[in-house]
Amino acid sequence: MPDVDPPRSTATTHAAREHARAQATNIAEFQRTIPASAATTPPDDVPPSSVIWEERIGGGNYSAGVLPRGSRFRLTDTEGDTCVQLLVFNHHQPSERINVADIVKVQWQAYLDEGQLILSDMGRVLLSIESDTAAGHDTFNAISNESYNTNKYQSGHVSGLHPNARDQFAVALTKVGLNRRDIAPAINLFKPVRVADDGSFVWPENPTPTGASITFRAETDVRVVLTVTPHVLDPRPNYTVSPVQVTAWNGPLTEPDDPIRNGSPESLRAFENTENWLLSHTSTTNAINTPEAGR
Amino acid sequence: MSSQTPASSYNLEAFDLPQLVGPVVHEQTVEARAPWSHVVTAGQTLRIIDVGGNQAVDCILYNAADPIERYSAADTMTAQNNVYLTTGSRLLSNEGNPLMTITATTVERHDTIGGACSRESNTLRYGHHTYAQHACVENFILDHTRRDMGKRDMVSNINFFMNVPVEADGSLGIVDGISAPGLYVDLRAEMDTLVVVSNCPQINNPCNGFDPTPVHMVIADPS
Repeated sequence: MPDVDPPRSTATTHAAREHARAQATNIAEFQRTIPASAATTPPDDVPPSSVIWEERIGGGNYSAGVLPRGSRFRLTDTEGDTCVQLLVFNHHQPSERINVADIVKVQWQAYLDEGQLILSDMGRVLLSIESDTAAGHDTFNAISNESYNTNKYQSGHVSGLHPNARDQFAVALTKVGLNRRDIAPAINLFKPVRVADDGSFVWPENPTPTGASITFRAETDVRVVLTVTPHVLDPRPNYTVSPVQVTAWNGPLTEPDDPIRNGSPESLRAFENTENWLLSHTSTTNAINTPEAGR
Repeated sequence: MSSQTPASSYNLEAFDLPQLVGPVVHEQTVEARAPWSHVVTAGQTLRIIDVGGNQAVDCILYNAADPIERYSAADTMTAQNNVYLTTGSRLLSNEGNPLMTITATTVERHDTIGGACSRESNTLRYGHHTYAQHACVENFILDHTRRDMGKRDMVSNINFFMNVPVEADGSLGIVDGISAPGLYVDLRAEMDTLVVVSNCPQINNPCNGFDPTPVHMVIADPS
């Protein structure tokens, strides 16, 4: 319910305008902080002017944003039961995007954790995981689609009670000139599904600790798109997923002696490839525009 | 056998494979390192034969009528609750519909988590010196260019005849193969399916026994 009762009459354009304007001071449980400098969730040492994105995203919703190189992107599981589906694109050439197979193959490791990289399909690092206090994540399983949610929850469309992840990605991507073709295989954050010896999946019995967070560092300008929907292996019959808190701020670029950059020979070459690409692609943190999608 | 051996020298009859049901409507040897694509209509069965042994066959499936619907490794693994593909695996699309079913295979399991090799990922895995080598993504993208498709239509693929175990700590990797000359996989199309294959050119890991070889394709139509 609105915090302030608006004027009741909407019978004329002037009354309707007053009615509309009277709603603007309301504060929703789930919304972006505008201006970002009014954010309350960044670390204490981040000046307000450095904050670029603060938002609380409720279960069954999505958001997207552009992260300049050097910025930090923190997702916090404030209630301990969130599940975030994440896609990442090179902002300047979005045909370059997260490649889940390369992430696990190149790093010889399926279970994402602090110090690992979100790699693109072009042999470059998009994000590195600077810190991670979550119990783990899932790089193997699907994201929900309309038929899956309809079968499990009796409805699945994005404007209903049980929005599916795939169609939310489709809407978010289309808004920036991309489309359903660009829904690459995604990762599911905050639900540490594991693989048993026989190849079957093991659902995590212990929930993620309340307040756990994962903080990414952007290694080039990227676009992130995220949905907050129940994991497809979640055994609970009801559509259950708690909100996620997004906090992002501008920060220093990765130094040559950075421990993540030098964490493995594969990591170093991913950084080298990104740094080499940047030699001829200027970082445009103040001149973001939406490029056309490449074929 | 080696990549220098012409495909015509393989004696397929010596493998004594079980007959597919129905007349053969298409048959082709895919040379080492080469791409291949074909529409397999609903009800037809595609047999892929590993003639040289331990030859990875990278494969992506598309709904032939609407290729925005395409193979989803993640949906396939979730639905069968297992990361390994074997007899009975339904190969699902990103909308949850079956594209093909593995109706028979003489290899214990096939991979769908290891992805396709690319020039770019090769530089990460083996060093910057490997960029000029052949790679599967080159084959896939070349095929896409002939169909008004492109790089954005690349997704995680299937690697028939490739072995990628996942260990308890999450470690995974491409290890020595479990296929052999004459082993095969049969795929029944559940809808009209565009099958795009890269007969993997990789020479830096054991997925092809460090020596890419031809594979043989047979499509039979029981209708």
